Amino acid sequence: MKAELNEQALLKGLAENDTKAIETIYKNNFNMVQSFIINNNGTYDDARDIFQEAMIALYEKAKSESFVLTSKINTYVYSICRRLWLKRLQQMGRFVLQTDSLEETVQIEDDLEMHEKRNAEFTIMERALNSLGEPCKSLLEGFYLKKLDMQELAKAFGYTNADNAKNQKYKCLTRLKKLFFTQYNIGE
Amino acid sequence: MEDILLIQAIERYLDGSMLPDEKAYFEQLRKNSPEIDQMVVEHSMFLNQLNALADRQHFKQTLHQTHQKLVNEGVIDEGTIVQTQSKIVSLWHKYKRVTAIAASVAGAIAIITSAIFSYFSPAVNANQIQQLSKDIEVIKRNQQVQGNIINEVKSKLPENARLISGGTGFLIDPKGYLITNAHVLRGSGAIVVNNKGQEFTASIVNIDPKVDLAILKINDKDYKPLKYIPYNIAKNSGDLGEEIFTLGYPRNEIVYTQGYLSAKTGFDGDTLSTQIQMSAYPGNSGGPVLNKKGEVIGILSTRQTHADGITFAIQSKNIYHLVNHLNDSDTASGFSKIKLPARSYIMNNSREEQVKKMEDCVFLVKAYNN
Repeated sequence: MKAELNEQALLKGLAENDTKAIETIYKNNFNMVQSFIINNNGTYDDARDIFQEAMIALYEKAKSESFVLTSKINTYVYSICRRLWLKRLQQMGRFVLQTDSLEETVQIEDDLEMHEKRNAEFTIMERALNSLGEPCKSLLEGFYLKKLDMQELAKAFGYTNADNAKNQKYKCLTRLKKLFFTQYNIGE
Repeated sequence: MEDILLIQAIERYLDGSMLPDEKAYFEQLRKNSPEIDQMVVEHSMFLNQLNALADRQHFKQTLHQTHQKLVNEGVIDEGTIVQTQSKIVSLWHKYKRVTAIAASVAGAIAIITSAIFSYFSPAVNANQIQQLSKDIEVIKRNQQVQGNIINEVKSKLPENARLISGGTGFLIDPKGYLITNAHVLRGSGAIVVNNKGQEFTASIVNIDPKVDLAILKINDKDYKPLKYIPYNIAKNSGDLGEEIFTLGYPRNEIVYTQGYLSAKTGFDGDTLSTQIQMSAYPGNSGGPVLNKKGEVIGILSTRQTHADGITFAIQSKNIYHLVNHLNDSDTASGFSKIKLPARSYIMNNSREEQVKKMEDCVFLVKAYNN
């Protein structure tokens, strides 16, 4: 019971971006995943990639309102990593999984699908941002992604006042929106 | 421009910074105009998307930092490269002194070993070449077998003397000068025995370990000088394929062996000697190598250990060098100059006659220590 409460607390911390909670989950799960990937034709970099991808999936799941985790954190993380690595191996054309799941796994197909959809959306957004060109890209990134103050941004970019910068920002945003939605709708 | 104003309004509406009047007006506008309503929904979704992206980028950053931190703390092992390096470094720090001591000890041992090795090893490769002098054990055994114990008792060996090696020697001057190998004379003195078993005391007149030759002088009143020496000493080293023979004492009895000249140089290209094909045994050392004309072309000295019948003889011209050197220096008092035999008397004889005439001139040399 206590362990379960602990896990709930960890997930709550994770959703709130608490460094301590993230570190604990990382510490408790990384080595298991790493040995799994190393034992199955992976490198240390692969292990890191896959594990962090799983962490992102867990994080975004923890943040969603409908969040319920029906299994233990390590089972969930392991299942996701396993699935992701299998997929990566298939893409690389060498499907040789040596450990035939002695570990407990859970159904994570739906979660993964969600995660991949989100990944695709982010890719579209990033691509749209990249094709904006400067200074639009940096301006929008500064305001919307890094949450910087408009005054500071105006100063950093050399606008005479914040209003001008704001105007410029809206122009850029309109362009970005157009780029994003064209891509997005094609994608769908 | 209008678009921008609209977006501005929508953003303000979404983040709740509109005044209540303004908000009510805007909501009314949304209801009446589906286009504006659509724009609001769209923009809201878009902003959510941007925020989510911002969130994810931030989270990725956190993950990255966490990973780095855990690697630094050693919780995560990023492969053996980092580990091995640190392991080796720590091992090195730990065993630096031991390693230094071990290295110097090893160095010292290496130097000492090579010093000992170079000091004790003979000039020629000892493993591949075997000197053909006999050691005492062999001699003793043969003596016992042949029942020569009585002779041994009456031996001219000094009392308490220990025989250490044996070989062959042959006369080069009827006055009693013999030539043999330097390596045969390992002890402090020597006696010579003729083919009839008669012993004579002898002294070493000259010895040259470099060419491996020595000259002995029989100084025994029992010795009766021969009238002449039937063979002569050749100044050239003979021709390849030439038939040769030798007489020697691999046993306590004189033994005849024959073979042919197979190379003009000795072991490893040694120009002082020649290679002959002939089976030779310990005790043959110092024996004369003669061609069919009865000329001494060499002095049997060594054989190759791992090859059958490959024997080496010192070229006879070295006898001239040695004798000339001795005659010129003329140090010893009462030393009469050595006169080397000038011609062969057995040139046209059959081999049996040659051997018969030679037998008296070939002696068994025994070196002893006292």
